[in-house]
Amino acid sequence: MTERSEGMPGARAPASRTADGVRGRSPREELTERSEGMPGARAPASRTADGVRGRSPREELTAPTAHDLARLERVTCAYGAEPVLVNVDLRVTPEQFTGIVGPSGSGKTTLLRVLLGTCRPLAGTVHRRPSLRVGYVPQVETVNWSFPVTVSECVLMARTRGRVLPWRSRAEQHEVDGILDRLDIVELRDRHIRQLSGGQQQRVFIARALLGRPQLLLLDEPTSGVDVRTRHDVLHLLADLHGDGLAIVLTTHDLNGIAAHLPHLVCLNTEVIGTGAPREVLTADILERTYGARMDILEHAGMPIVVDHHAAHHAADNVVGLRRTGA
Amino acid sequence: MDELLRPYDFEFFRNGVIVATLAGGLCGLVGVYVVLKGMSYIGHGLSHAIFGGFAASALLGVNFILGAGAWGVASALMINGVTRRRVIGADAAIGVITTASFALGLALFAVFGRQGASFDAALFGSILGVGTGDVLAILGVAVLVSGVIFFTYRSLLFTTFDPEVAEASGVPTARLDALLMLVLAATILATMQVLGVTLIAATLVIPATVARMLTDSFARMLLLAAGIGGLTGFVGMNLSYHLDIQSGPAIVLVGAGLFAAAFAVSGARDRRRPTIRPLSS
Repeated sequence: MTERSEGMPGARAPASRTADGVRGRSPREELTERSEGMPGARAPASRTADGVRGRSPREELTAPTAHDLARLERVTCAYGAEPVLVNVDLRVTPEQFTGIVGPSGSGKTTLLRVLLGTCRPLAGTVHRRPSLRVGYVPQVETVNWSFPVTVSECVLMARTRGRVLPWRSRAEQHEVDGILDRLDIVELRDRHIRQLSGGQQQRVFIARALLGRPQLLLLDEPTSGVDVRTRHDVLHLLADLHGDGLAIVLTTHDLNGIAAHLPHLVCLNTEVIGTGAPREVLTADILERTYGARMDILEHAGMPIVVDHHAAHHAADNVVGLRRTGA
Repeated sequence: MDELLRPYDFEFFRNGVIVATLAGGLCGLVGVYVVLKGMSYIGHGLSHAIFGGFAASALLGVNFILGAGAWGVASALMINGVTRRRVIGADAAIGVITTASFALGLALFAVFGRQGASFDAALFGSILGVGTGDVLAILGVAVLVSGVIFFTYRSLLFTTFDPEVAEASGVPTARLDALLMLVLAATILATMQVLGVTLIAATLVIPATVARMLTDSFARMLLLAAGIGGLTGFVGMNLSYHLDIQSGPAIVLVGAGLFAAAFAVSGARDRRRPTIRPLSS
């Protein structure tokens, strides 16, 4: 603690922590730049072409699996002196349906931002497939619900390229209606966004993300603050979208309601503690290292169920605190 | 009827009505973004900051538009820079920048002597001395601002509603924020003569707030706010002649009256409307 504060610029501390291999490289140089053209209007058919064409030679060398949508290697991020992510490796393939789980402050949202490209890592490399289209669904709590937009205005907001006229074209109206219909909210298109239930609000923002024809959909806590049935519906909707060929990465704090139902999980607590199917990572050992609290795993109908008999979050805070003072 | 039309015999009044109507509409339009971005205080501060430039240019004999314009643009970009860096208290920093500029304007006038009408006009608005040049200037700004809003409508809406996701989607949010500040500075500069520094914030905020109470759609809110602003300017300017008060206060009082009416009506409507029943999802 004292060592770090001695004249060292706070932001460098975590970088030096990651040590060899990473040090000395500028993270900016290593970043595969985001696509410039962002062809929102292009058909998904160009997907495979994108993966093959337009790849820089250097990237070819560092990309072992050509069809990855994005790949993080030893990524470290920090806000000020506090490291939020340390040495995180993550692969996102087109078949991905991943839940990122971990306690509050474990870096879940930051990890999404790195994938999204709004958070530049301090160290490590981020590879994104050139012209990768990512859709982002923010946490509903962060949305300004009193903002005057109707459902269709909100969805169309994502279409900022190609047409400068403020009003929608017939084709755009058709496209928006198609997506709203797919998500079962087409009859609500002229409603104000506040006049919707929690699940409907979630769908509006999923619809907005889908209008950009993404290959990868990122959702931040998609089911926080909604009831059990809505959670179930949203989960099914996401499974359907995944079935249609959309890669999905979401964050969740809900181990039993969401995480246990997903095909693939990443347990995160600043570092990646474990990755794999729920059966593989929802174990007492990994969860204890993720949440800093002992949890019991039961099994019900072939699915793992996590039970915490202590107040898990309390314990997690204590352990983190102890670790810090100890170090 | 004759009594109502009589002031139109004077050219300065006809110019004044045109300018007030345009100014009201312009402020209404820009005010929508000001209100929705929670920048009401910035609008208020910026108009005070521009007063400093106004005083300085009046005393130095520099052209008012050039002097106050340069000052206004500089203040706008400074405020924009401060608000984007959220580490320091943006509101406090804005308070310092803008009130210091305002104080400087007051001090300059105190030391070098008030120039009567122009000082009062800058503070509270006046239609005396509004010439054809002013009409053309505000018309130009109105066309420019409408053009900017028209052609950046989609990006500006996205940025106003959801800056983070907009940025992630490739919208140049930083440039749009700066553009909006410039539009705001130009609007304040063009309307200062008629509305007055101390009251401009009200003409930015009131039409947008009234429009917000009347609609839930962003596009309709923009149109309504511009219409309400223009109407308020027109009625206020006429009232200012008949009641013999400054144009700024007259326009703001009309706006406040509209606000009260809209508040009462929308309150009554909300009470009658059954509580929202979401369809099952």
